[in-house]
Amino acid sequence: MIHSLWMNDQMLFSCSGCVSACTLVSFSTVLGCHPCFRLNMFSKGTKRKFSDGGEEISEETLVGARMASSYSLQRQSLLDMSLIKLQLCHMLVEPNLCRSVLIANTVRQIQEEMTHDGSWQVVTEAFCSAGQSPSERLVATEVLCRSREQDAEPKLFSVISYEGCREEEVVADETLCSVSVSDAVSNVCLAGSIGQCWEKSDVETDDEALEDSRLGSGEDEEIDTEDEPSREGPKTIGQVFGTFEIKNSSPGPDSALEELFSDVDTSYYDLDTMLTGMQSAPKMGPYDLLDSLAPSHGSSSIVSAPNCRSDLNELDHIMEIIVGS
Amino acid sequence: MLSPVLCSDLAVLEPDYTEADVISTVEFNQTGEFLATGDKGGRVVIFQREPQGEYNVYSTFQSHEPEFDYLKSLEIEEKINKIRWLPPHNPAHFLLSTNDKTIKLWKVSERDKRAEGYNLRDEEGRLKDLSTITTLQVPVLRPMDLLVEATPRRVFANAHAYHINSISINSDCETYLSADDLRINLWHLSITDRSFNIVDLKPENMEDLSEVITVAEFHPHHCHLLAFSSSTGTTRLCDMRARALCDQHAKLFEEAVDPSRRSFLSEIVSSVSDIKFSHSGRYLLTRDYLTVKVWDINMENKPVETYQVHDYLRGKLCSLYESDCIFDKFECAWNGTDSVIMTGAYNNYFRMFDRASRRDVTLEASRELCKRRAVLQPRRVCVGRKRKETDVSVDSLDFRKKILHTAWHPKDNIIAIAASNNLYIFQDRMPTHGHHHAQQIQSAPPE
Repeated sequence: MIHSLWMNDQMLFSCSGCVSACTLVSFSTVLGCHPCFRLNMFSKGTKRKFSDGGEEISEETLVGARMASSYSLQRQSLLDMSLIKLQLCHMLVEPNLCRSVLIANTVRQIQEEMTHDGSWQVVTEAFCSAGQSPSERLVATEVLCRSREQDAEPKLFSVISYEGCREEEVVADETLCSVSVSDAVSNVCLAGSIGQCWEKSDVETDDEALEDSRLGSGEDEEIDTEDEPSREGPKTIGQVFGTFEIKNSSPGPDSALEELFSDVDTSYYDLDTMLTGMQSAPKMGPYDLLDSLAPSHGSSSIVSAPNCRSDLNELDHIMEIIVGS
Repeated sequence: MLSPVLCSDLAVLEPDYTEADVISTVEFNQTGEFLATGDKGGRVVIFQREPQGEYNVYSTFQSHEPEFDYLKSLEIEEKINKIRWLPPHNPAHFLLSTNDKTIKLWKVSERDKRAEGYNLRDEEGRLKDLSTITTLQVPVLRPMDLLVEATPRRVFANAHAYHINSISINSDCETYLSADDLRINLWHLSITDRSFNIVDLKPENMEDLSEVITVAEFHPHHCHLLAFSSSTGTTRLCDMRARALCDQHAKLFEEAVDPSRRSFLSEIVSSVSDIKFSHSGRYLLTRDYLTVKVWDINMENKPVETYQVHDYLRGKLCSLYESDCIFDKFECAWNGTDSVIMTGAYNNYFRMFDRASRRDVTLEASRELCKRRAVLQPRRVCVGRKRKETDVSVDSLDFRKKILHTAWHPKDNIIAIAASNNLYIFQDRMPTHGHHHAQQIQSAPPE
C-alpha cells in the first residue's frame, strides 16, 4: 500500500513494511517504480551508488530511514491534529456530523496503517503497562505529565509543527492533566476501557450506578486491553458517535424511551463541568473553549505546561486526549 | 462565454456587519425575475428584476427564528440553509426555506388595491355606530401603494433528527424532498404532519458511521429519479419506482482514485459539497474540494469532464485541514444552456468554465475592485514566481473570503454571487460567442 503525505510542497511516498528494501532503489528516478521513493528536497541530487560499499549503503539507509521517520512524524502530526479536532468536536454542544465523520475516517485510516506498521501496537502497549487500578493510572498520568519518563519508543514526536495546534495542545493537555488528578470519580475512564465505559454508561441511568460501572469496568478491562490494542481506535471514534446518538437520537415513537434515558448522561455533563466550569455557556466554538480555559489555570501551571509538553511523547499525548473525553 | 459587467452591488453599505448578515443561500426563481437570498439571521430577502435589468429589493421577511430544543439542550440555528422556489401557478409566489430542522412554505403576494366604503366599519376599521348608518353602499376597490406580503402557509417540522442540508422540489410540483446528514424524506406540499423516509444511511451502531449525505436533488424532468451525494465522494442516483426505500442505488457515480496519489486527506478532499442536474437532465455536476466534475448519468465509472478549480491548493491541504478550510462546502451552477459551469473559490474568487472551448476564467467579487458598469478583469493565481504583475501568489490568498453560494439565472447570462454579507450581481448585456466586449449599461441609481 502506498501512501503519500502532502506537506508544503514536498511529497513523500513510503511503502509500508518494506522500508529497508526501498532504500536500495535509485533516488534519481521518481515515478513508475514499485516500491518507490519520491525525492525529498534534501536528498535531491543524490546519485545512485551501487551498494557494495558499506558507506554508501549506510548513507542511503540513513536517508531512507530519515525519510521514513519523517513520514512517521508527519503521519503522527496528522493523527494528533485529527484527535484534537475530534476532542474539540466532542466538547461542542452540537458538533457538525459531516466534519466529525470525515475526521474520524481520517483517524481510522491512519490507525489502520499504523497497525499494519506495528507502530500502533507499541503505542497501546505503552499505555497498558502503566498501572493497575484506575486511580493509580491517573496518578501515573499526572506524574508522566510533569516529569521526564523513559520509554521504549524513541521520541519521534516533538511538538508538532502546526503552531495553531501547538497552543491548543498545551492548554488542553494541561487541563486534562490537572483534571485527571483532581477528580478521580467522574473522569475515571481510561484508554483501554473508554469504549466499554461509555457503552455501559449509555445504558445506566442512575448516577451512582454510572460511576460504579465505570470504575468496575475500568478495572476489569485493563487486563483485556493489552490483547486488543487495535480496538482502541474505533472505540475512541465510537465515543464521538456515541455522543451523537445521545444527542441526536431519532424522535420516532419507538425511540421515545431511548430519548427519555438518552439525555440522562450526567457523566458527560460532570466531565463538562470539570473541564470547562462553564455549563452556562450555551454554545462554544472550539477556540473559545480553549481561550477561556487558559486563564482559568494558575500561572504556575502555564509555566509548567511547556515543560510538560516537551516531556510528553505521543503516547501520553494520545492518552491525554482520550482520558479527557 | 460570459463577459461580466457589474450590474448591481446590493451590498450593505457599512463596512462592519454582523454575523447574522452573512448570506447563506442564493436562488433564482424559474423565470429569473426574482432572486431570493437567505442569511444566517434567518431572514429572506427577495429581489425583483426591474425592466431596466437591475435587481431591487422586493420583500424582506423573517423566515426562521432561533429555537431551543429543551429535551436535548440544544440551540437550533435560524440560519437559512436552502431556499427553493415553487414553479409558478398563480400570481403569488411560493418558496420553501429551511433551517437545520424546519422547512417552511412561504407565500409572497402583492397587494395594490384596497377596498373602501364598508358599511359596518369605518376607514380605520372601527365598528360604526349602527344608528348612524342610513344607506347601504357597495365597497369599491381603490389603488394603493404596492404592498408585498409574505405569509407562512405551511410548516414542515419534526421530521429530521440531524441537520437539514438540502431541499428539492419534484418535477411533479406536488412533492419535495428534504435531506439531512443521514436521511432523506419525501413530503407532499400540502401535508405537514407526515413525511416518508426514502433514504436512510444511519447504521445500526453509530460507531460504524462512516458516511453522511451532503446534498440531494430531484431530477428536473423525471419525477421518480433523485440523486444524492455523500462525504465519501460518491454520488448515487435512486429510482423511487424500484422500491419504497431507496437505500439501494440505481447508479453509483464514483471515480476511482489513483492509488499512487492517495493520501490521508484524499477522502476529505473528495467529499462532494454540491450536486446540480443540468437543465437538460442529461448531466450531473458535482463539486468536491478541488474540482468540479460533469457526469453523464448514463456512465457511472468516471466523469465526462473534470475541471480543476484551485489545484494550487493541493500542496497546502495539511494547513487547510488544520484551519478547517478543507471542510468548506462550495456550490456549483450551470448556465441556462448547460454550456458554462460556475463555482466559487477563496479570496472572493469565482471560476467559470466553458465546456465547449475548455476555456476558464477566474474573477473576483470585491467591493474595492468592482465599480458599477466596469468589466471584471480576470485573475490568475500562481504557485511560484509571478509571471505578470497582476498575478496573485497562492500564499497571499485570503481563506476567510470564500464564495460558497452562487446562482445563475435560468435563461440569461446573469449571475448572483454571495460573498459574506455582500451580494453581487453580474450580467453580460451583449453576449456574443467568442468575443469579450467591455460593455456599459445604464444602471439605476446606487442603493
